Amino acid sequence: MTERWVPNLKQLAKKPELLSPGHRLCAGCAAGTIIRQVLKAVDDPVVIVNATGCLEVATTIFPYTAWRVPWIHNAFENAAATAAGIVAARDKMHHEGRIKQKYRVLVIGGDGSTYDIGLQAISGAFERGEDITYLLYDNEAYMNTGIQRSGGTPHGAWTTTTPAGKVIPGKELYKKPILDIFVAHGIPYAATATPSRPIDLMKKARKAFHKTPSFLHTLTPCNRGWRFPTNLTIKIAQLAVETCIFPLVEYEDGQWRLTDTSLTIAKNPQKKKPIEEYLKLQGRFKHLFTPENRHVIKEIQEDVDRRWQQILERTGLKP
Amino acid sequence: MMAEQQVLALNGDEAVALAVKQCNVDVVAAYPITPQTIIVERFSEYVHDGEVKTKFIRVESEHSALSACVGAAAAGARAFTATAANGLALMHEIVYIAASLRTPVVMAIVNRALSGPINIHCDHADSMAERDSGWVQLYTEDAQEAYDTVIQAFRIAEHPDVQLPVMVMLDGFLVSHTLQNVKVLPDKTVAEFVGQRKPVNIELFGEQVPLMLNPEKPVTFGPLDLYDYYYEHKMQQIHAMTKVPEVVRQVHDEYAKISGRSYGDGILQPYMMEDAEIALVGLSSTMGTVRTMVDKLRDRGIKAGALRIKMFRPFPHKQVAETLQNVKAVGVLDRSASIGAQGGPVFMEVRTALYDLPEKPVTVDFIYGLGGRDAPPTQIEQIFQKLREALEKKPEKTTMYIGVRT
Repeated sequence: MTERWVPNLKQLAKKPELLSPGHRLCAGCAAGTIIRQVLKAVDDPVVIVNATGCLEVATTIFPYTAWRVPWIHNAFENAAATAAGIVAARDKMHHEGRIKQKYRVLVIGGDGSTYDIGLQAISGAFERGEDITYLLYDNEAYMNTGIQRSGGTPHGAWTTTTPAGKVIPGKELYKKPILDIFVAHGIPYAATATPSRPIDLMKKARKAFHKTPSFLHTLTPCNRGWRFPTNLTIKIAQLAVETCIFPLVEYEDGQWRLTDTSLTIAKNPQKKKPIEEYLKLQGRFKHLFTPENRHVIKEIQEDVDRRWQQILERTGLKP
Repeated sequence: MMAEQQVLALNGDEAVALAVKQCNVDVVAAYPITPQTIIVERFSEYVHDGEVKTKFIRVESEHSALSACVGAAAAGARAFTATAANGLALMHEIVYIAASLRTPVVMAIVNRALSGPINIHCDHADSMAERDSGWVQLYTEDAQEAYDTVIQAFRIAEHPDVQLPVMVMLDGFLVSHTLQNVKVLPDKTVAEFVGQRKPVNIELFGEQVPLMLNPEKPVTFGPLDLYDYYYEHKMQQIHAMTKVPEVVRQVHDEYAKISGRSYGDGILQPYMMEDAEIALVGLSSTMGTVRTMVDKLRDRGIKAGALRIKMFRPFPHKQVAETLQNVKAVGVLDRSASIGAQGGPVFMEVRTALYDLPEKPVTVDFIYGLGGRDAPPTQIEQIFQKLREALEKKPEKTTMYIGVRT
């Protein structure tokens, strides 16, 4: 039933927006776009648990709220645990007829609350097989507090805590393999998506709502933290896919698949773009384009290639 | 009407687990920590034997335990957790959030010393560290009272005038692991007494809607709240806390009718205080020893008394002052230290309460029993002796450390 769902944009455009306009997300922020796309894909009532972060702050400054769905923010690191409590309450109360309808529970966290401070609570929730859909909007640093590095910040990137210094040019470490970490918990569904491919994103979101516990990893370009003009958000998201630094993948019941643009690239390897095309549009990588730091770009490219080969192997698409 | 009661041999932890079982709690989320573990173990048995319909979440930490309870309570359910010491310290952040979100969670705290050095025995440092968090705090003396108080706690927390979380404290090992004959009410009686949780209504766009996560009437919980509203929201919590004493008394009296058991007025439990010249004020299980010693001293013609504070938050300042106004020397028993302060947490409250009396008694703080060090009757006798000396000559120091090597 849900497997074959193909979003009909005309119909979805008529579906009421559950995140209303007037929120305070930055111009050019991809988070709002992603949330709207995800909420277009939900076919049941939904309750949202939002970890501390940009989205929480920008959508709820009291006495205003942008949410037309029930929404709760508890703390930074505990969204998955909070959601587990809601699921338990929902099931008990629904069973006893105290609430009419079962609702879906969507957890939304940024990279700070997913890779770092909230990892334990998510791990616990996935181990227990909670009926939750976890959406990661990954803008690759602590943007809400002013661009500090997280476990999701990529190699070489400038942040305010990994500055492009004279000795150390940006972040030395690499992004955690967060999708693999959660897949290793034995969850039935996990996927990556970008706002540049909304149909792909919405299809995955629909599955993620139905095959729980699930994990949806969305790349969320942040013009403030990545240092690019606000009109390039979608272009940069798509370049992340086209350079294979952020491939569109899907893991479902033990099977890995490439989807959309990434599947096309796997079949037509000449379409894979060099990583410079992605890096050069972003101020956070500007320092890498100097002669003394060029080797970092090479390191990034090698890492991208290695991981891309790994994905091709997993999906059985390796030539 | 008084219900038929069964007498069971239970330790404090088991008594708490049984109370939770009988209260039709919707969601329990818990993590084991000594000396609270037995609560989690017994409750697991109830779940695995099909004796409860409660959803039991075996979380990966105390932080998640309380977080899940907040979620469950926000979703409209009755939620319970239990912890101790470092587990409570790990929860600290969410302790405040639970209070500010007005989620009426009930939590049992099996009092244990906070690390470091690491120590698993009785001490009140853990719950004292949460005294400013906005939770109602009820300290119990034995397994029977822990049982009775947990049942009452749900009614207090969920009362429409309160809507605040409640902590019920029992002494680690001294109560948690000590068998006692506990009179137990029938399941049906408890179920009727506590009823089912009903979320309060709030006004939303001119309509009364239940304050819960409900897709039919969406509500936003826990928004960003800056200098333009935060203070007003804190005032609402402060105001709700002022409603607590009356509710505690009402619930206590109502429970006394069905159980035949009362603990003072549910707030303070005075003993031989009418004409007492010297009195010891304190919390929890030590107060049983104090009462025994009061009897002995009375036999010797010494006008001694005891005042057990059951409700520490909100602190009953006026009532404490009234009870102690004719006492000449007041000793306060503190089973935790507030390092660098003028005395322990109980002392600071009691002394503040006495400040407005026209004739202030001599007040001395006795810090005792840290890390579970025994407080035998001889020690209490020594403390009373020091109080009698204080009647003759005001002591130079207001804080005395009892039973410690110097």
